[in-house]
Amino acid sequence: MAEESILSDELVRHLISVGEVDLLVGVPTYNDARTVGHVVQVVRAGLLKYFPRERAAILNADGGSQDETPGLVQAASISDARNPAALRSLRTLHSISTRYFGNPSRATALHTIIAAADLLQAKACAVIAPESSNIEPEWIDRLLRPVCRQDIDFVTPLYRRHKFEGMLVTNLLYPMTRAIYGWRIREPYPAEFAFSGRFGSHLVGHEMWREEACRAGAEICFTIAAMAGSFRLHQSFLGPKGHLEQSSPDLVPAMRQTVGTLFWSLDQYFTTWSASTETKGVPTLGAEYEFMMESVRVNRERLYQMFRTGVAELEPVLASILSRATLDELKHSAALDEQQFQYGDELWVKTIYEFAASYQRSVINRDHIIQALVPLYRGRTCTFLLQNREASEPEVEQHIENLCLTFERLKPYLLELWQGRKGGS
Amino acid sequence: MRDMIVSELSQATHEVVQEFAHLLPRLLVMLIIVCAGWLVAYLVKAMLRSALRLLKFDRLSEDAGAAQLLNKAALPSSTELLSRLVFWVVLLGFVLLGINALGVIALGEDISRFFLFLPRLFVAVLILFFGMFASSFFSRAALLAAVNANLRSPRMLSYSARVVIVLLAVSMAFEELGIAENTILAAFSIVFGALMLGLAIAFGMGGRDLARQFLERRFAEERVPAKKEDELSPL
Repeated sequence: MAEESILSDELVRHLISVGEVDLLVGVPTYNDARTVGHVVQVVRAGLLKYFPRERAAILNADGGSQDETPGLVQAASISDARNPAALRSLRTLHSISTRYFGNPSRATALHTIIAAADLLQAKACAVIAPESSNIEPEWIDRLLRPVCRQDIDFVTPLYRRHKFEGMLVTNLLYPMTRAIYGWRIREPYPAEFAFSGRFGSHLVGHEMWREEACRAGAEICFTIAAMAGSFRLHQSFLGPKGHLEQSSPDLVPAMRQTVGTLFWSLDQYFTTWSASTETKGVPTLGAEYEFMMESVRVNRERLYQMFRTGVAELEPVLASILSRATLDELKHSAALDEQQFQYGDELWVKTIYEFAASYQRSVINRDHIIQALVPLYRGRTCTFLLQNREASEPEVEQHIENLCLTFERLKPYLLELWQGRKGGS
Repeated sequence: MRDMIVSELSQATHEVVQEFAHLLPRLLVMLIIVCAGWLVAYLVKAMLRSALRLLKFDRLSEDAGAAQLLNKAALPSSTELLSRLVFWVVLLGFVLLGINALGVIALGEDISRFFLFLPRLFVAVLILFFGMFASSFFSRAALLAAVNANLRSPRMLSYSARVVIVLLAVSMAFEELGIAENTILAAFSIVFGALMLGLAIAFGMGGRDLARQFLERRFAEERVPAKKEDELSPL
């Protein structure tokens, strides 16, 4: 059994003492003392409020935190004895904190949670990011209810975001996964999600855990596995995600975890995506999208300069990845001054597709291909910022929709590149 | 007198004929060895060429940056070049074996020295190839990292990484061949030491603030969240 290799003996003993459960909520942590206590309290409140009759457990999979994270999880579990909702609960809510094997890794933490859910025969399992400081008890209901009541296999979140937040998602991950796999999932790299026991069993022994590219971005791998495997999908609107003042993750690792994994998946699921010709909507609980429109500080000039420098300095690298025509267009764009600069939808989509094809052919080291995309992404964000500076909420959505349609329209171009009928480089 | 001259001449002729009669079979053996050597060398070349094509060796040498160098020097592809090199080494080996069969004592020692040298030549070529490969990989990695970190002169950094690795590989290859070992080692130590010292001084002078910030971030009890390039998360 797959779970035997990932779960420690101590955890297995603990899980056996818990017995079967209906619901499991997993919280993967590593040095999250600042927020994890609050997150676990809210998770418990959500389970007690919305699922008082179900057998439920919370599993914290920790990577060896040095900042008392596991202690805070335990403390949060005990402290709700004073919570009136806890008194209404009909069953014991178990809380388990475990230190998984090996180095801190989100993929290992998620694998542990999925294996535990499989062992506990959980009907539904939700994963909550430990840094979600603005979590509400309703999130638990919105994530788990579709799995419990509507027989859904995989639930992804929808967030209320600032129009310029998550530009890697809106400019690449969402439009590309939608065009390739044919499902309109707005958050293909979900921080929070829920899945059924059936989908969990599919994931637990999946070969993805042995692939480095997939382990880097396990969440997007789950989404792609659900889309490609014809599992029942659902989206739930959760509310605002994080806060703008939070420090943003570094771009290069973020690209590796998402774009690298997405490119990698294209080879694995070629037969599925090459046959898919149309996109389908996903049932959604709550709003489809909501943007916050207040002004934020973004250094557009710096992004533009980094794009220009990247195109100039990386020209020999880009020449081995991109077609001559695309590279010439990029050089032409980089030669324009900031006010005239535009990295249009079509050029951006062709760039991405040529990068994906070069990644498949490994024209150079794959990690170098992903790193070479970073300055180009900065150029694209610069255009997106300029394009939507004064745009209203529907206008921003329309611009994203137009980009998605361009990705879909140019999908045959990717297929041609894939099958070697067009020279990407 | 006349008889003596005739006798000497006939003896000399007889000796030459006898010598030639002794040499002729050896010459024939040498010719056979050389012909067989040519055949073997040709077969080895053909097999090696096919194997290298199957292994996509040209792609590997492109990655290593060797293909660009060969192009600039108007030389054939790496696969072709290596196949030809092996052909000539094998043929030369057989020619020397043939010469050895002639029984010329003075050449024997040189021939055995040549055969002892062959493995070292092979190792030196391997070191050079992997050195080129590593220099190409690490110089590109340095270029990408420098561009993405918005550092100044990324190409200079990349070029420096390439030069250091190529220098290291060349000095190792020369050491393997036993050519000017001490000179090469001393030259490499001086260049590498100077480069490292230069980098250390440059980092010390120019990166004091960066080093302080790094150490503060690494060891401060209360970690202050690092200010990233923008306030917005890409994810």
